[in-house]
Amino acid sequence: MSLIQEIDFGTPKSKSETMVTLTIDGNQITVPEGTSIMRAAMEAGTQIPKLCATDMVDAFGSCRLCLVEIEGRAGTPASCTTPATNGLVVHTQSDRLKKLRKGVMELYISDHPLDCLTCAANGDCELQDMAGAVGLRDVRYGYEGENHVFAKAHGCENDNWMPKDESNPYFTYDPSKCIVCSRCVRACEEVQGTFALTISGRGFDSRVSPGMNESFLGSECVSCGACVQACPTATLTEKSVIEIGQPEHSVVTTCAYCGVGCAFKAEMRGEEVVRMVPWKDGKANRGHSCVKGRFAWGYTTHKERILKPMIRERIEDPWQEVSWDEAFNFAAAKFKGIQQKYGRDTVGGITSSRCTNEETYLVQKLIRGGFGNNNVDTCARVCHSPTGYGLSQTFGTSAGTQDFDSVEDTDVVLIIGANPASAHPVFASRLKKRLRQGAKLIVVDPRRTEMVESPHVKALHLPLMPGTNVAVLTALAHVIVTEGLVDEAFVRERCDWSEFEDWAVYVADPKHSPEATAIMTGVDPKALREAARIYATGGNGAIYYGLGVTEHSQGSTTVIAIANLAMVTGNIGRPGVGVNPLRGQNNVQGSCDMGSFPHELPGYRHIAGDAVREQFEAMWNVKLNNEPGLRIPNMFDAAIEGTFMGLYVQGEDILQSDPNTKHVVAALSAMECVIVHDLFLNETANYAHVFLPGSTFLEKDGTFTNAERRIQRVRKVMTPLNGYADWEVTIMLGKAMGFAMNYSHPSEIMDEIAALTPTFAGVSYARLDQLGSVQWPCNEKAPEGTPVMHIGGFVRGKGKFIITEYIATDERTGPRYPLLLTTGRILSQYNVGAQTRRTENVVWHAEDRLEIHPHDAEQRGVRDGDWVRLASRAGETTLRAEITDRVAPGVVYTTFHHPDTQANVITTDFSDWATNCPEYKVTAVQISPSNGPSDWQKAYDEQARNSRRIAPVVEAAE
Amino acid sequence: MSSSPDKLVYMANQIGKFFHSQGRDRAVQGISEHIWKFWDPRMRKQIFAHLDAGGSGLDANVRDALEKLRLQA
Repeated sequence: MSLIQEIDFGTPKSKSETMVTLTIDGNQITVPEGTSIMRAAMEAGTQIPKLCATDMVDAFGSCRLCLVEIEGRAGTPASCTTPATNGLVVHTQSDRLKKLRKGVMELYISDHPLDCLTCAANGDCELQDMAGAVGLRDVRYGYEGENHVFAKAHGCENDNWMPKDESNPYFTYDPSKCIVCSRCVRACEEVQGTFALTISGRGFDSRVSPGMNESFLGSECVSCGACVQACPTATLTEKSVIEIGQPEHSVVTTCAYCGVGCAFKAEMRGEEVVRMVPWKDGKANRGHSCVKGRFAWGYTTHKERILKPMIRERIEDPWQEVSWDEAFNFAAAKFKGIQQKYGRDTVGGITSSRCTNEETYLVQKLIRGGFGNNNVDTCARVCHSPTGYGLSQTFGTSAGTQDFDSVEDTDVVLIIGANPASAHPVFASRLKKRLRQGAKLIVVDPRRTEMVESPHVKALHLPLMPGTNVAVLTALAHVIVTEGLVDEAFVRERCDWSEFEDWAVYVADPKHSPEATAIMTGVDPKALREAARIYATGGNGAIYYGLGVTEHSQGSTTVIAIANLAMVTGNIGRPGVGVNPLRGQNNVQGSCDMGSFPHELPGYRHIAGDAVREQFEAMWNVKLNNEPGLRIPNMFDAAIEGTFMGLYVQGEDILQSDPNTKHVVAALSAMECVIVHDLFLNETANYAHVFLPGSTFLEKDGTFTNAERRIQRVRKVMTPLNGYADWEVTIMLGKAMGFAMNYSHPSEIMDEIAALTPTFAGVSYARLDQLGSVQWPCNEKAPEGTPVMHIGGFVRGKGKFIITEYIATDERTGPRYPLLLTTGRILSQYNVGAQTRRTENVVWHAEDRLEIHPHDAEQRGVRDGDWVRLASRAGETTLRAEITDRVAPGVVYTTFHHPDTQANVITTDFSDWATNCPEYKVTAVQISPSNGPSDWQKAYDEQARNSRRIAPVVEAAE
Repeated sequence: MSSSPDKLVYMANQIGKFFHSQGRDRAVQGISEHIWKFWDPRMRKQIFAHLDAGGSGLDANVRDALEKLRLQA
């Protein structure tokens, strides 16, 4: 193993299809038009010295090191800013160039510290490399003059010197090492799109400045790490590199946070991670990252990780540490006892959307094959199950239609109920790049999110009342149909025409017009009409949506309405368009694909289908139950009723993440055996009888499937601290229960998946190693995968228009609960926070806050930062208020990252009609001033503390 | 929604409301297919028992759909 060295071509790749041929140092080179001479030379293997150029940002031409001579042209142009054209004859090395470059380097080095041996960039410094490349041997100017290097000069304070900025928890800014190449500033602008950095001053006074000369932490910086990656010196350096030193080998793997699925190089020393660096060839992220994937991996070695299996008879008892065998035998005896006593169908399990495809597949296999029932579900139940239902009904596949690259061809972006800047940040950066190039943006969201307004981004915002998605989308369809904006040719060719006609008559009814529905939706009819016209006629229109669509009583109906909109405007089946669910967790797409739903086997095939089920029976050598099992909310109801008594939960904190916490507590308390398989003693573990230690994504091999259906490798870079990867634990648990699953490596599990699942038929670890990643379907028809789906026709045959009637949720505001609570995420935290709360990311978000409009706050006597009581029909909690007009009057908002807030005490039992996906996004609440935690919070905290006790191990006396 | 038949009736009616706009025949077909595809047998058993007990609270299409589904089972 060695360190993966990615070639820096100096300037970005040109997309042109016209080729030009030039001669560089006597060699003919053909490159796409628009390629710089610098890049052309590098493609031919000649590295022209450079400092301010790097291929993640556009050429800048400031360092004057990359000078070349071109025959017939005067002077020495910069190769980074000079495009290659036909017939150019370029020389990259001459006496004149050598002299010029040496002179430039000598000036740079005259204002740079010479502490190379003890510098954190030692071994990875482009300045050092260039000094070597140009043969700099002497700096004639000395260091006595004006400089930025020394704190004191001639016994006095040096006003040009600035101390290090250590405010960011993950990287250090050392201004004394800055060469003002602007790479960080341009990375922040061009790659990340935040515009937090600038160069202040001119000439010798030029400095990199976060915001208005603020600290990095105090500025708008979102800590994505692009500037650190771009920096050619030790000016911006990861603190982990400063502490540990330079890495010696690296392994490409996939981030375990959100559904974007960024590819990273895990840069290692031995088994210690030095840093995670986004991989340029990663097709989801194209070399970019966010604060979570880039920096927030400290949880993997956090002291609170549980590394030994534990058991207990009752949840009131302290945990007993035991051997793996004891834990498996205890769990197996409990589950078998429950099945004997109450029946075969009284146990089940939950697969993890954070674990690998292979691990998820094994858990559902254990449940279907070993437990003998189909009581398997996954966290997608509570996030994107309506996506699966809605898109399979209308298009025929339960997944997004595009790859992320598709956004580069999009002209109109319609975002509904999603805030990618917080929840899918790397995709948001790619989207913002396209918006800066001129694409239009429409945002349908109750809140004025970061996507509505940010530097160089201004969306047409439709701020709707929570719960009225279907009414708004049907109104959009109404405008498209009644104003004659239907893409009739597309609909006639690709969709069922008579279903379309029924649908068109329905939506054209004046009662669905923007004007008629405004009273419910709160959306300005003029803005809505404008949005419909832009989406229907503005070129390639792409819809991106999130949990603001799915987590409603009408979640599935909204997904169907989205599909209708895409079909009626012909925005499906080519790059730049489509319907794109932004999926929450790293492998939530994969966990759905792998048969985690109680009614379907891997590949979305119903369990009642004899032909498919028999294939699985033959492969697994076991008879399978042909009836659908319980979904998560049904499991809870059945537990309270006494017909569901045992649950195996892998990598999911249902107590914190599922709605109506009191209901979940009652359900878990009613069960006789709960097995939690996780990294930490999470909230669910407070009610568990068996704890099986889990492994992190750094400790195992496998694959994740991201929101674009992209299957990517996860590669083991260290030995599991707990001893076993999660797939091994499931196999051993199965063995103890008498169900044998024999695999020596996750690749063998993938081979079995491929053999049983037509859309995965072409997937193997060999194929993934060869191609880097593939998007399913990957089979004989599409051996390299399928970036864009439904080209030339829908998977189900004809696209199906389905009428979407708006039915208001039964969760209504009233005199006692007059406000609507909606929930969401923040950039620095992830899901229930189990991982991110155990990293330095807490500096950005240490607690959940309640956003409330100044008008609503004033009426209730609430000031910014005050503790408030938040109460719904389900329960109450307290948290601190943040007064902001990002939310409309009548709407309040909070995040759900912290267990001491427990936002889900408030959320209710209401759920999507088709899938039982909970209605997290609408809860009627009341707010009042408060002195501190509620009685419920205090009791919860007490129970949690009690439940987490681990009995001391008694050593035998000598 | 504490006791189970109430909750199942609520869920069934929710399904019914989605299919309502498709007309009676298609709605009955859609509702029965949906419940057959997604409801665990114990949930179906409970709702059938509720139907036998008079089926109070069930919307007309839902009631028909459940009758139809029971005949198939």
